[in-house]
Amino acid sequence: MSINLKTIKHISKLSRISVDEKKAEKLAGDLNSIFEFIEKLNELKTENIEPLTSVAETTLKLRSDEVKSKNLREQIIKNSPQENEDYFVVPKVIE
Amino acid sequence: MSDITKQSLSELIKNIKDKKLSSTEVTKAFVERSEKSKELNAYVTEDFSAAINKAKIFDEKPNLDLKLPGIPMAVKDLFCTKNIKTTAGSKILNNFIPTYESTVTQNIWNEGAILLGKLNCDEFAMGSSNETSFFGNVQNPIDKDLVPGGSSGGSSSAVAAQLTPITIGTDTGGSIRQPASFTGTVGLKPTYGSCSRYGIVAFASSLDQAGPMAQNVKDCALLHEIISSYDEKDSTSIDFKRNNYSKELTNNIKGKKIGIPKEYRVDGMPKEIEDLWKKGIDYVKDCGAEIIDISLPHTNYALPTYYIVAPAEASSNLARYDGVKYGFRADGENLIDMYEKTRSEGFGAEVQRRIMIGTYVLSSGYYDAYYLKAQKVRKLIKNDFDEAYKKVDAILTPSTPSSAFKIGEKTNDPVSMYLNDIFTVPVNLAGLPGISIPAGHDAKGYPLGLQIIGKAFDEQNILNIAYAMEEKINFKNKITDWWIK
Repeated sequence: MSINLKTIKHISKLSRISVDEKKAEKLAGDLNSIFEFIEKLNELKTENIEPLTSVAETTLKLRSDEVKSKNLREQIIKNSPQENEDYFVVPKVIE
Repeated sequence: MSDITKQSLSELIKNIKDKKLSSTEVTKAFVERSEKSKELNAYVTEDFSAAINKAKIFDEKPNLDLKLPGIPMAVKDLFCTKNIKTTAGSKILNNFIPTYESTVTQNIWNEGAILLGKLNCDEFAMGSSNETSFFGNVQNPIDKDLVPGGSSGGSSSAVAAQLTPITIGTDTGGSIRQPASFTGTVGLKPTYGSCSRYGIVAFASSLDQAGPMAQNVKDCALLHEIISSYDEKDSTSIDFKRNNYSKELTNNIKGKKIGIPKEYRVDGMPKEIEDLWKKGIDYVKDCGAEIIDISLPHTNYALPTYYIVAPAEASSNLARYDGVKYGFRADGENLIDMYEKTRSEGFGAEVQRRIMIGTYVLSSGYYDAYYLKAQKVRKLIKNDFDEAYKKVDAILTPSTPSSAFKIGEKTNDPVSMYLNDIFTVPVNLAGLPGISIPAGHDAKGYPLGLQIIGKAFDEQNILNIAYAMEEKINFKNKITDWWIK
């Protein structure tokens, strides 16, 4: 299997990471060597094996739906790169 | 007392409790040594003057019943600390100030410890050499231009160099045990679900665990006892009866059955590691334990499995860094452009690589071939351990396939970097506890570690084995303070 530049561009779009030509070529090289290494798993037959999704064999506990933290709005908004009073600000999305 | 920073955690606690030392004296000593050790680059954020103030307040009304009375401690910068910048070693979190405290660090402060600062680490804990940090390489105190291991490289460097009496790291594929091995220190990766993940910057949620890094096994046991707790804020935290790990620590391991997995004898492993392993086997035999040859047949598949599962989970966890609510933002022509530029400029190369791998293996048409396949192989790896533990109480292996390498030696070849974690990754995949203890030196004088892997929730047993071995090994770290002018 080989990951070409077109695939890299596709993954970068899905990942929301912009990639120029030079970076895409480097990534294609790296990912191909990593996937070559990963392909080793194909040696194993796994049709009848249950996938392991979590090693923690617990059932999720229920709790009452209560607000426990104090009002942190101001502090939380402060961490935002751009703010306007009570709102997070992003580039305009509606024309 | 002149050599305060040379004392172990247990000695410092005793001296504070006996009123031979004050918290202020101890804190000042570690601050001074940290100030003189900037060349190691172990810290991302220093909180020294606040630490000394907290120590003074502690000394005014010292509560000596606490387990860590007035003990200063620096922690890995992956743990959220309330009102103190938490970066995860990334540009994208360069200015992030959490509004909450991680459960693990809260447990530590509740026992009287004082934050010294935040320690460097690989970006989002993705790396084995601390070279992916946005804040630069960390020096290993063992030798100049030697990596301290990773991802908890600032932590291992700081403990080995005695900038902090003890610390905590996180371990997703070996990030506590490998740096411990590279710096001649002790590192424990607890059972998955033992320490809460609440407030730890997430990398791969089904694998991440916090754990102690220390100068000796006893200190390690004490800190583990403090950080391990059931926490309803982490849905995978497990409610089991925890031991008083330090009080119950014993070097009596007579009759314990120790497994030696033949698959860990990998091609190209240096003879020094092989010899060290043999020596380790002799030590546990000397302690009255029984050696049993075992097989973990899927060992060779652990790394490829890990490099699907961990990036897949990371790509999902790191989707939150979008430049909107916190952290770095790059300007863009529109919203999508802003996201793409923020993530391209905010994440380093290794993190981008892993997000891309993870996105690819989860993408439409590839999920079954990669992610589902890896989860099935993960099951086979766990089954291997379950089978082995029918015959043995613990497993002894080397911690790493080599000693520490030079800065820059492996940065251009991701796969050779990944191979560092060959002995540690299976433990995370199976959710088991593992401890690395220093066991000898190679020809260059660099430390080498041995790993003891336990059954789930059986930390006490592997701590005991480590404690018994430590006594026999009598390891002395060779640190010359070369970085202090």
